[in-house]
Amino acid sequence: MAILEVKDMYKSFGKTEVLKGVGFTMERGEVISILGSSGSGKTTLLRCINFLERADKGRVIVDGNVIFDGSDTAKKSPSEIRKAQLNFGMVFQQFNLFPQYNVLENVVLAPKLLAKERPDFKKHKKEILAEIEEDARDVIDKVGLTEKLMNYPCELSGGQQQRVSIARALALNPKILFFDEPTSALDPELTGEILRVIRSLADKKITMVIVTHEIGFARNVSDRIIFMDKGVVAEEGSPEEVIDNPKNERTREFLKLIEQK
Amino acid sequence: MDALQQLFIGFGMNCLLFVLTLVMALPLGLIITFGTMTKIKPLKWVMKTFVWIIRGTPLMLQLFIVLYAPGILWHHPVSNRMGAALVAFVINYAAYFSEIFRGGIESIPKGQYEAGQVLGLTKTQVFFKIVLFQVIKRITPPMGNEVITLVKDTALARVISVAEILQNAYRYASKGIIWPLFASGLYFLAFTGVLSILLSFVEKKLDYYKG
Ligand SMILES: Nc1ncnc2c1ncn2[C@@H]1O[C@H](COP(=O)(O)OP(=O)(O)OP(=O)(O)O)[C@@H](O)[C@H]1O
Ligand SMILES: [Mg+2]
Repeated sequence: MAILEVKDMYKSFGKTEVLKGVGFTMERGEVISILGSSGSGKTTLLRCINFLERADKGRVIVDGNVIFDGSDTAKKSPSEIRKAQLNFGMVFQQFNLFPQYNVLENVVLAPKLLAKERPDFKKHKKEILAEIEEDARDVIDKVGLTEKLMNYPCELSGGQQQRVSIARALALNPKILFFDEPTSALDPELTGEILRVIRSLADKKITMVIVTHEIGFARNVSDRIIFMDKGVVAEEGSPEEVIDNPKNERTREFLKLIEQK
Repeated sequence: MDALQQLFIGFGMNCLLFVLTLVMALPLGLIITFGTMTKIKPLKWVMKTFVWIIRGTPLMLQLFIVLYAPGILWHHPVSNRMGAALVAFVINYAAYFSEIFRGGIESIPKGQYEAGQVLGLTKTQVFFKIVLFQVIKRITPPMGNEVITLVKDTALARVISVAEILQNAYRYASKGIIWPLFASGLYFLAFTGVLSILLSFVEKKLDYYKG
């Protein structure tokens, strides 16, 4: 069964129609890259899936459960939305680390707050918190930042900050991890370290959706490529199909433009 | 000797006014902030107009109004002058604080809220665990300025005859004795001096990270 089905998503901001019926399906362990020119609606799509925006129409189904249905008139309660959001992890272009917390604190903050809602929290508080911290150290190790455990975000390079934000998202064990241009805010020489981390996650069969302008990386890491244009999926297929032999006129133009840069 | 004692008692009034104003205006200011930032349009405009009026008129005028309006308009003369001064100060400073709070809250990037949200935090958790501390760090310098201004503003209570330090010092000056005026200046200097040290200590403490 598909781990994520996104169906027929529509979203307008005022009069600008940004998404005009976007949909895709992905299987557990799959890595999908979304390409497309600036303004084609890639960010908006991710934000509609993870409830940072409310889509006007469409459905989002995770593991067979409908977590969003635009035709529902009843408004979801904040706690329902929160629960649905936890299916997804999100890595932002601008990292959005919490500056007042060190690396470890950034990673454990959310798991510790969520643990408070567990019925057995009071009884096993110590063990639970110790376990969370242990897990956090593990994910921080995975992104190669064990030495920076006690450092604050302002003391890290952009690449290191982005790795912390990946660790922070991983710590909650999301079913699907979203990346929105994870390397766009970085100096070119720092993109490699992020791409290597994402590569290692792909090897561990973490399900990921990556919005990126790094065509070479997308070809290398993805099982499937989605090319978005003006709010719709213009072309979709394996990297060989979409990147090496694009059928769609817009895809060709886009790839040509990128190549020129 | 008598003069020194008078000054000391007078300054007690200033300190009392200062502390009570601070204690009450801080929470009230936060409430006003939420009022001016609410999505409920009518409430928002009422609060914004309120803040505009309070910040746009002299504190001295507000002192007079709080003291005299109840008596003239509703035949309930105010007998407690200190109480009237406190009410005027709390309202005035709450309005100023609320604008500082609002500026602080609005300066926190949207990404901080969104990061908290996608990590499954509730709105309350996002505010108290992520935003609040950053706001405090950002508003400490402007708040420090306001607090120091408040120390000196307490002398304004004299215009409605609260027996604060300048009122007492002035009584001697009108009799041709000048030194109590200078002495009261020293009281203010000492107080604001201690506050400045305290504030810069707090700022240093909060300076463990940038941003
Ligand atoms: N909150 C918003 N309010 C109004 N318009 C918006 C908003 N968010 C996005 N848009 C508009 O929607 C369109 C698509 O934006 P989006 O950020 O999804 O594009 P994108 O494909 O991610 O582009 P990029 O590659 O530049 O990141 C743009 O025209 C943008 O101006
Ligand atoms: Mg984008």
